[in-house]
Amino acid sequence: MTTTTSPQKTGSPAIGSQVRDYFERVRGGDLGALPAVIGLVVLCAVFASLSPSFLSPINFANLFTQGAGVTVIAMGLVFVLLLGEIDLSAGFASGVCAAVMAVLLTNEGWPWYLSVLAAMVTGVLIGLVLGVLVAKLGIPSFVVTLAAFLAFQGVALILLDEGTNISIRDETILAVANSNLPPLLGWAVLVVGVLIYAGIQLTQMRRRLGRGLLADSFAVIAVRVGALAVVSGVAVYVLNLERSRNPALISLSGVPIVVPVILVLLIVWTFALHRTAYGRHVYAVGGNAEAARRAGINVDRIRISAFVICSFMASIGGIIAASRANSVDPNTGGSTVLLFAVGAAVIGGTSLFGGKGRVLDALLGGAVVAVVINGMGLMGYSASVKYVVTGAVLLLSAGVDALSRKRASASGRR
Amino acid sequence: MSQAPVLELRGIDKSFGPVQVLHDVAFSVYPGEVTALVGDNGAGKSTLVKCIGGIHPMDSGEYFFAGEKVHVSGPRDAAAMGVEIVYQDLALCDNLDIVQNMFLGRERKSGLVLDEDTMEEMAAKTLAGLSVRTVKSLRQHVSSLSGGQRQTVAIAKAVLWNSKVVILDEPTAALGVAQTAQVLELVRRLADNGLAVVLISHNMNDVFAVSDRIAALYLGRMAAQVKTSEVTHSQIVELITAGRSGELGLATGNGASA
Ligand SMILES: Nc1ncnc2c1ncn2[C@@H]1O[C@H](COP(=O)(O)OP(=O)(O)OP(=O)(O)O)[C@@H](O)[C@H]1O
Ligand SMILES: [Mg+2]
Repeated sequence: MTTTTSPQKTGSPAIGSQVRDYFERVRGGDLGALPAVIGLVVLCAVFASLSPSFLSPINFANLFTQGAGVTVIAMGLVFVLLLGEIDLSAGFASGVCAAVMAVLLTNEGWPWYLSVLAAMVTGVLIGLVLGVLVAKLGIPSFVVTLAAFLAFQGVALILLDEGTNISIRDETILAVANSNLPPLLGWAVLVVGVLIYAGIQLTQMRRRLGRGLLADSFAVIAVRVGALAVVSGVAVYVLNLERSRNPALISLSGVPIVVPVILVLLIVWTFALHRTAYGRHVYAVGGNAEAARRAGINVDRIRISAFVICSFMASIGGIIAASRANSVDPNTGGSTVLLFAVGAAVIGGTSLFGGKGRVLDALLGGAVVAVVINGMGLMGYSASVKYVVTGAVLLLSAGVDALSRKRASASGRR
Repeated sequence: MSQAPVLELRGIDKSFGPVQVLHDVAFSVYPGEVTALVGDNGAGKSTLVKCIGGIHPMDSGEYFFAGEKVHVSGPRDAAAMGVEIVYQDLALCDNLDIVQNMFLGRERKSGLVLDEDTMEEMAAKTLAGLSVRTVKSLRQHVSSLSGGQRQTVAIAKAVLWNSKVVILDEPTAALGVAQTAQVLELVRRLADNGLAVVLISHNMNDVFAVSDRIAALYLGRMAAQVKTSEVTHSQIVELITAGRSGELGLATGNGASA
């Protein structure tokens, strides 16, 4: 054979070289979660200095329940965005699903689990219809979902008898966005979660080193696990502080129940995207649909599945929103919900051009969005300002995406 | 060397809308041999290859594999028989890394979960066998590779599998002198190992250097399919440019070959 080097493949690279690689990637336009993390820090600093109550434990807890619905919808949108498609109807789809649940729960007296199931099935059916129209008929997703955006507003009105407000009284549904885990359970979940994460990382490292493959070094894993433990530890600690104005009357503390709900969704979808062939195929179709087709991947099925997942997640987002508002009305899932959800996914680092993104992005971006909504609310801005800021945030995130893509193509990364 | 062809097409027609691109094409590929497929730009070489790979459905015609009549209705069918194709446009996903591209659509799994380690090992072995130049990491995105490196990945993707037929559509187009020599050497090695190899190329020197047979397409018709040792350079050039050369080639444009 000729004098060529085969790829280096054993041992662990030094932590220094991994850090260098990371900066190289960022400079090359692969920003990843960087804008979201920086945005989060800057926004928190600004709001904290402008409004002292921003950092209070009760407001910290509010951030989670305020951002939860949008974040869940954004997690579903990631799948559609990964294919380079868009779902403009996800907001109102969540409203329709919430309305289905509310009607069955309150008007028809169904048990909560059947109502929730019905809402989720509605979401799946919506996604199926959207996906088939896009994949099989070839109508651009922009048009299909814009039409659905209008139609679903009408459907929600019909379900809610031309605009009545249905209140939710079921304890279980209300608990989702209004109750908290007992403080001890919060700590237990944290410890178990961090241990499992560390265990997975370490066994993966040992397995790869055992087979002579390149693996993350122990130091990198330690930093990752440590960062997770510190960040989530601080969060759990603050959430476990007493935040009731009148603790003698009612005690209010603990991790909001939406947090573990979101974490479970995050783990499930991250697993699906990164550890299964299905997820690999989603990325492939987003990166080069023709190459995916030639590799024998059923591109249409992947497209349809992405819309199904998106609308399914919208249904969960709708349920969370209904729980938080204690009611469903024709505006549930409307107004800025969709823009915030798309913004959340994109701010987190998911590309509007397809092929790039993670479910975790939606979570990080969702955090940014929650801070924006919350901070502006605290400072008492009017609706007009909020709309302008919403639009600006979305445009800004799309601009960062487009610029980083330009940069990436200039440096040959995309 | 008069063995049976492993892959044989008869009477293939293919149209894109009103444009007929392939007319009654017959094409045979033999194990242990390199068959060069030549023809001018737009002659229909890539289209023929895509029909073989199940990318385009054929309008009519028969497809035999190992003597059996088969029906190939998609890329998976072709891959399942052991037909691997390196496409002219490479068909790689820029946003996936080298290993992910090489196993795309045929991922190794243990249960539900992808078996990344096994895939990485196999990819490393295959690339080492192709003596790949300085790829920094197998986990590098394909978008960060040079044209030649991408071509090598595409070739490695095709030889990774226990294939019986490997078809390379202009595999050396983006390569430098040394890499071209390596690919040609690989093409020869694959054939010597008993595989049937189809090489599409515009470079007559390469064609004569490695091929055992030459098939010349002219305006969507198979002008001739001949043993390389029995023809000259100029005869092939005439077949490519005019569809006939003396005794060889199209008689009256009905696709009959000598
Ligand atoms: N998908 C398609 N739709 C319509 N026409 C096509 C399509 N693919 C190829 N053609 C036409 O078929 C003819 C043959 O194209 P093909 O790509 O097979 O040529 P080729 O022999 O591979 O040429 P080259 O040497 O330039 O690669 C061309 O006239 C081309 O325009
Ligand atoms: Mg071609």
